[in-house]
Amino acid sequence: MPAAARRLQPPLPNTWGLGYPRCMDAVPKQPPPGGEDLADERQLVARLRVGDGASYEQLVRTYGGRLLAVARRLVRNEEDARDCVQEAFLQAFRNIEKFEQRASLGSWLHRIVVNAALMKLRARARRPEASIEDLLPQFDADGQRIEPEAELAVSLELLERREVREAVRRAIDQLPDGYRNVLLIRDIEGYDTAETAALLGLTPGAVKTRLHRARTALKSLLAPVIRGGKP
Amino acid sequence: MKAEKTVFKKLSALAMRTMPLMVTCQELEGFMVDYLDGTLPRAQRRKFDLHLRLCPDCWRYLEAYQRTISLSQAACRDPDAPVPADVPEELVKAILAAREKDA
Ligand SMILES: [Zn+2]
Repeated sequence: MPAAARRLQPPLPNTWGLGYPRCMDAVPKQPPPGGEDLADERQLVARLRVGDGASYEQLVRTYGGRLLAVARRLVRNEEDARDCVQEAFLQAFRNIEKFEQRASLGSWLHRIVVNAALMKLRARARRPEASIEDLLPQFDADGQRIEPEAELAVSLELLERREVREAVRRAIDQLPDGYRNVLLIRDIEGYDTAETAALLGLTPGAVKTRLHRARTALKSLLAPVIRGGKP
Repeated sequence: MKAEKTVFKKLSALAMRTMPLMVTCQELEGFMVDYLDGTLPRAQRRKFDLHLRLCPDCWRYLEAYQRTISLSQAACRDPDAPVPADVPEELVKAILAAREKDA
């Protein structure tokens, strides 16, 4: 069964005839390094620690592509993404002594490249944060929604379409950095609230607030896509 | 935007205000991340579920919210992107050269 088809157990009967809200995909925890088993990984780490020349190349070839994909998502610029990956590997080589075998090598490297990408984003002089207030829901004096959601008429098959995926990525990039980064790190890179807070130097409460606002603003930006219209 | 509320909406507003254990749509907003993470304390989860049972607006809202998360996850896992194992040859060379200098 594809991940997208997995669902939460509905806590409620289908009261509104709408079906239970489709469960979000299982958060994409970084998959364990494909192919290599733990013994290979231990051996690679041991060779890195003694400075075996071939081990550096093996590490780069095994994990480089995956790390580059992560960096590209975060920094949106090929040259900067490659810089981040290079910086991440150099840090990994320098700090291989500190690698604890509790985590997998893949998730250790993943965190290093996320950190490198966040540093790059901070260093980059970006436009001042735009407000996303207009994209957040409005309530009346009774605390009721002013603009109810239109009914959804569309399936996730829409996502098979390239232009839809591109529209979604463009919408994510429209979010101010402070929101976009939280969304990417929590919903896309799969870190939990505490980990995201540590990576971004925020409190867990601030992560949750920003995540909620980011998702909500994105929902507004994607309304045409979600409703099955043209992006 | 200023359309008259339907009788249903008026009654529902009254219920949210006066029934014990009820939260408004606006209060519900603040629980959404925890609700979907499954980290909402049980008492609050019950309030959330009760509200959803009574409020089609929030039901649809939550559905669109979850769809948004799915869309963003699927869009970032682009099946047309190069295989993750693909690392450009010149990048491998650059990293190994930088390591030599760094060492
Ligand atoms: Zn409601």
